Amino acid sequence: MSDHHKETFITKYIFCQDHKMIAKQFLITGMLMGVIGMFMSILFRLQLSNPGESFAVLEWFLGDKWAPGGVLDPNMYLSLVTMHGTILVFWVLTAGLTGTFANYLIPLQIGARDMASGFLNMLSYWFFFGATIVMLISLFVESGPASAGWTVYPPLSALPQAISGSGLGQDLWLVGMALFIVSSLLGGLNYIVTILNLRTKGMSMSRLPLTIWALLITAIIGVLTFPVLLACALLLIFDRSFGTSFYLSDIIINGEMLHNTGGSPILFEHLFWFLGHPEVYIILLPALGLVSEVMSVNSRKPIFGYKAMVGAMMAIAFLSCIVWGHHMFVTGMDPFLGSVFTFTTLLIAIPSAVKVFNYLTTLWRGSIRFTPAMLFAIGFVSTFITGGLTGLILGDSALDINVHDTYFVVGHFHIVMGLSAIYGMFAGVYHWFPKMYGRMMNKKLGYLHFWVTFIAAYGVFFPMHFLGLAGLPRRYYTNSAFPMFDNLTDINEVITFFSIIGGLVQLLFIFNFFYSIFKGTKSEQNPWKSNTLEWTAPVERIHGNWPGEIPSVERWAYDYSKPGMDEDFVMQNVPLKEGETEH
Amino acid sequence: MEQTIEKTNSWGGNQRPYNISYGKLMMWFFLMTDALTFSGFLVSYGFSRFKYVDVWPKAEDVFTHFPFLHGDHPLLFVALMTFILIMSSVTMVLAVNYGHKMQKEKVILWLSLTIVGGIIFLGSQAWEWSHFIHGLDGVPATLVSNPYGHPLFADYFFFITGFHGFHVFSGILILIIILINVIKGTYEKRGHYEMVEKVGLYWHFVDLVWVFVFTFFYLV
Repeated sequence: MSDHHKETFITKYIFCQDHKMIAKQFLITGMLMGVIGMFMSILFRLQLSNPGESFAVLEWFLGDKWAPGGVLDPNMYLSLVTMHGTILVFWVLTAGLTGTFANYLIPLQIGARDMASGFLNMLSYWFFFGATIVMLISLFVESGPASAGWTVYPPLSALPQAISGSGLGQDLWLVGMALFIVSSLLGGLNYIVTILNLRTKGMSMSRLPLTIWALLITAIIGVLTFPVLLACALLLIFDRSFGTSFYLSDIIINGEMLHNTGGSPILFEHLFWFLGHPEVYIILLPALGLVSEVMSVNSRKPIFGYKAMVGAMMAIAFLSCIVWGHHMFVTGMDPFLGSVFTFTTLLIAIPSAVKVFNYLTTLWRGSIRFTPAMLFAIGFVSTFITGGLTGLILGDSALDINVHDTYFVVGHFHIVMGLSAIYGMFAGVYHWFPKMYGRMMNKKLGYLHFWVTFIAAYGVFFPMHFLGLAGLPRRYYTNSAFPMFDNLTDINEVITFFSIIGGLVQLLFIFNFFYSIFKGTKSEQNPWKSNTLEWTAPVERIHGNWPGEIPSVERWAYDYSKPGMDEDFVMQNVPLKEGETEH
Repeated sequence: MEQTIEKTNSWGGNQRPYNISYGKLMMWFFLMTDALTFSGFLVSYGFSRFKYVDVWPKAEDVFTHFPFLHGDHPLLFVALMTFILIMSSVTMVLAVNYGHKMQKEKVILWLSLTIVGGIIFLGSQAWEWSHFIHGLDGVPATLVSNPYGHPLFADYFFFITGFHGFHVFSGILILIIILINVIKGTYEKRGHYEMVEKVGLYWHFVDLVWVFVFTFFYLV
């Protein structure tokens, strides 16, 4: 493992066990799925802003069956919404984010030659790839892709006769998700044992960069909650295909009484949200980790409150597992139980606020370098606050009942989870691109990308709060069915306008990404003057990461602008000076 | 410089916390994930059972048969099955123990007995299922009907014992692969029998899960 040896095309790019290549495989698959998911959102936004109007692009893209005369078919609308959610939540923000940065950064930042098990790591990617293929195939089946929403609540998702998307499309969705769960469990097990067992000399847990802490905690909540989703999905598969009644009871459909008796769809919701809520933090924590690193490097200051940051992440992880009921306030839940879930949910505000304050105090009086990565990191803090504040409203059962399942919720979770996590991911890509490909990304395009994305994204999701407060329900095919929503058309047009702008500017990022891989200016070994171990490795990609011995760690990762030092950064492998104390 | 390292550094690098290899640690975490999947099922079972506590069948009224014996023997057969599975855990412990002592012949003996125990358990489960499927008064118990009481009892029974049986089945396959490696001397050459220990962990876990399944379906 430690020697760089000759590789064939297949072992280098396809069935590769090297963590750096696997990370790139995750990143590029995630980006491809991101483009598909985003494009879907633009298609259904057209219907929402101009209900029932004909668009040539819809007919050209979806064909006569799903967009007759250029008008989006209602079943296809539901499918697009479902697949948009599934792809963005699981493919881009879970696998694309964690898969990329956990694989890339864990061995490099803790000083290991590779992951604990390179083979399992490769399997993790190929299960993910299989899941991707199955999910993409489901877009092309005759009855259409799954259309019960990304949460696939039964009985809609359990009965093929209920809606066309609950046919073969839903089966493929479930198979794809099962493969996805296997992939993320294999990955998670590997991340945890690598971090615990393979740290280099001197890298005690208290010297780990916050990125690694975040990825460790993410992996732990992943292995605690994804198995429950597996249980949930298996029971649903049995209900769909083998006639059991776990989630179904007393249903009459098309005048026919089904045999099912005794099951409960609420049971599904409990099992689903036991994963579903921690999933939000599986998405968010890696972004928090990446942002901590980028923020500290580019403020040229130690991260403020290292221990508080770790503690806050642990608290968030723990609390995230006992709040799932806040997704279910309107299921007829006992109000007392509702108030318990309200309490635990609002508690999350405390560690989240700790994180935000620590970011702001890290920025405070730093000598800030506004690289594109840094801008996205600051953008992350912005969306984390805006989205987090509406979370307080939704976490309170008395308030939630009024705006439940409206666009208020859509605005909230897109800002706090979607935008925050994707900003974290962009920050990570801009920051570690020189490490990944040995070249720099174009800075000017990066700035343009950030500012247009930032404005367009708020332009899309901020007005949604007003739609929600006006009572507009989410997931509806048209906003024009009720006269009371007629005066909301303008807002919907604004949202669609911004969503198209925001979508187009991502193409700029993708251009920048691929162009820079081949034509970007060559990067130095440590372009950001950063402390962590990955920048001690040579620019060239080699198996085993370091040509000679692995560097040993002598200090924590955040010795920026330390008084009495020659430079404003001291890398982790530099021994303490005579008389110097560790931070 | 060496002094500074000693002073500030307790982590030697590439050591194993708790002196446990990455493979074993990974097995422990895997078992945790599997435990949570089973918990998901058992919690769902409890959820449904308490909802229909009045019409839920009593296990001692359902499982009353014993092969080749006439009359009522409530839960006798499943007690025997459970005993066999637990004994297979004992033989597994012995195999691991002789693995530590590097005694190949004894590892082979006790591993083989573990496999036999697993196969007997699976066979017994098949008999138990066929007895249950046979049903009452010509009405079979299936995934959609249950002559003994609420249909969800049959759903959960088939699903959870089936999922557990699948684990036993995979365990037997893995044990056979490990046994072949032991016979070929792979682990002797490697210098340790850790693979036997790891599969042992899995096997004990599967037994432990059965204890819970047995308790929740048959005893309470």
